[in-house]
Amino acid sequence: MNFSIYDFTSFNQWIDKFLYDNLPPFWAVVVEMTIIGLVFLLFYALVGLFLVYAERKVCAFMQNRVGPNRVGPYGFFQTIADFIKLMLKELITIKNADKLLFNIAPFIIIIASFMAIAAIPFAKGLHAIDFDIGILYVIAVSSLGVVGILLAGWSSNNKYSLIGAMRSGAQIVSYELSVGLSLLTIIILAGTMQFSQIVEGQANGWFIFKGHIPAFIAFVIFLIASTAETNRGPFDLAEAESELTAGFHTEYSGIKFAFFFLAEYMNMFIVASIAATVFLGGWMPFHVGAWEGFNHIMDFIPPFVWYIGKTFFVIWMMMWFKWTFPRLRIDQLLTLEWKYLLPINLVNILVMAFLVLMGWHF
Amino acid sequence: MKEVINLPVKNIEEEEYHINMGPQHPSTHGVLRLVVSLQGEIVKSLKPHCGYIHRGIEKMCEKDTYPQIIHLTDRMDYLSAHINNHAVCLLVEKALEVEVPERVKYIRTIIDELNRIASHQLWWCSFGMDMGGLTCFFYGLRDREKILDIFEESFGSRLLHSYYTPGGLMMDIHPNFQKGVKDFIKYFRKKIKDYDDILTGNIIMQERTKGIGVLTKEDAISYGVIGPSGRASGFSCDVRKHHPYGVYDKADFREILGNDGDTFTRYLMRMHEMRESMKIIEQLIDNIPAGDYTAKMKAVIKLPAGEYYQRVEAARGELGVYVVSDGNKTPYRMKFRSPNFSNLSALDHISRGVKIADLVAIGGSLDYVIPDIDR
Repeated sequence: MNFSIYDFTSFNQWIDKFLYDNLPPFWAVVVEMTIIGLVFLLFYALVGLFLVYAERKVCAFMQNRVGPNRVGPYGFFQTIADFIKLMLKELITIKNADKLLFNIAPFIIIIASFMAIAAIPFAKGLHAIDFDIGILYVIAVSSLGVVGILLAGWSSNNKYSLIGAMRSGAQIVSYELSVGLSLLTIIILAGTMQFSQIVEGQANGWFIFKGHIPAFIAFVIFLIASTAETNRGPFDLAEAESELTAGFHTEYSGIKFAFFFLAEYMNMFIVASIAATVFLGGWMPFHVGAWEGFNHIMDFIPPFVWYIGKTFFVIWMMMWFKWTFPRLRIDQLLTLEWKYLLPINLVNILVMAFLVLMGWHF
Repeated sequence: MKEVINLPVKNIEEEEYHINMGPQHPSTHGVLRLVVSLQGEIVKSLKPHCGYIHRGIEKMCEKDTYPQIIHLTDRMDYLSAHINNHAVCLLVEKALEVEVPERVKYIRTIIDELNRIASHQLWWCSFGMDMGGLTCFFYGLRDREKILDIFEESFGSRLLHSYYTPGGLMMDIHPNFQKGVKDFIKYFRKKIKDYDDILTGNIIMQERTKGIGVLTKEDAISYGVIGPSGRASGFSCDVRKHHPYGVYDKADFREILGNDGDTFTRYLMRMHEMRESMKIIEQLIDNIPAGDYTAKMKAVIKLPAGEYYQRVEAARGELGVYVVSDGNKTPYRMKFRSPNFSNLSALDHISRGVKIADLVAIGGSLDYVIPDIDR
């Protein structure tokens, strides 16, 4: 057996073979699924907790503050303490709320973000399922979350929640277009929708460099649109704490609120990892043309580290926006999408198609 | 025979609904309740409900002596506490025809202007937060802290000072006062550029505030909108220029007037005012004459019978104090004409037809302090 931190394929195959040798096929599948589910649950919780901590620290540094620094080293366990507090809190049910929808909504949001993780390649051979329409799947699944937001706003029997949910509906429906079209630009260049092949295609250069200016424009548009899609500042109109107190999750408490909170950060993680995978080469190391020595050193860094590094770079940029810009108004938000981003995007796709047709990319 | 019932058909799109913004709402800056009538996101009309923090200060004044009243005025517009104190002190001095030492006038003017800067800094933080830019809040508070430190060093308290007494000051300034103020001006001249970088020049902020909540000059006068909000509409109403008190007649400063009267102009007015205040302080800080820090006053202050009125320019506009005295040591009747109350009255007029997000921005630009409205 050859275990390598650079390639997980053989490791996965070994587990698969071991299970099928010792168990009947049905039980082997059950065990495999359970293992994957548990691993993802753990990963989900850890990443969620870490991102909450990271955001607190990042925003603290931008605001001349120290951030959490009491619980554990550098306040590292603060989010865990907060999470325990949220779990122990009372779940308040409101009079005249639609009980069924009110209780379902947080789960829909969290399931949507959970499903999207499954298709993301973390390293070579390290993904739960490698669809040949991976990008389409992720776009489809991640936009399910808006159903949860709409239900939460509708069932809360609170006008602030309802306004927040309606804003969020309009916002996500609009920005879904830009997300899809900017990814489509890269799909033209890559010639495939399968994540593993998209990453393989970037072995000799990331798509953001390969695709000239159109790829860069697509990256910027994707960054804007995905920030809007995850309801984060400056597009956090669904929450808009100075206008709508807390928007669609005003009435939620305890663990249900924690679900919304966690889902927001996980959605951010998902869009950041899609940006990293599609534009920045996923787990591929950074290579420069003919610099053999440099490329060799870069290869020594494990792919998982590359992947996490790129993802967190994108996340950091999104946090940077949030803590710098004031919030847009709803009509300006829709104007930005329909009058600026969408036409630019359509032209951008044409330019990219032309470039690919003429073979002018690297 | 079939009976035809004509049900009233309601057009859902034209139906209005109400929301209560406040008394506990992040953007009302206190316990103000706005009953907003909305159509979708558009504000049709709104009705401010005051009185949630009414403490009966005017009635309490009738039981208190004049030095005691000063402590109550702190609690009205707590962000310009010194200026409120100044109004009562000036009134008592005018009624008794006391000439306060020149030193006192200088110190009072400098501290008033410092207070105005501190108040505008806090306004800037909360305006940024109303717009959704949370980082502004910490920048503003960081700089306000420097002023509060100067205050704390000189007279021991940070928010409710009660430093002025009828006839002078409670105690002389701290020996470090002049140096501290000069250091602050040097520091803040640099930092105010950050304010412009992060909020004034931001395209989102400008798009959201330009042309929103327009108040014409005529409306500003008829609603009695004063202070920086009134001057944004071109209404020249600076008491420091028109009826100088302290040593404002010796300082060289401009009364800045705007044209547009929209939210952005109201924002710019306060940014300019901070710079003008720094200019005033720079002119006065080195010229504080030596002398007594208080005039000789009787132990029990009794105003001669009659009516008295004194106005000062508080951070949010003209503050008027009206006293009817029957010759006793307590006033017979006391009335404050507070700037925030009249500024709030224009809110309904200028926010009709805007989005709910703009309402928050307009409210932030009017800069109301609720305890001053309710008293």
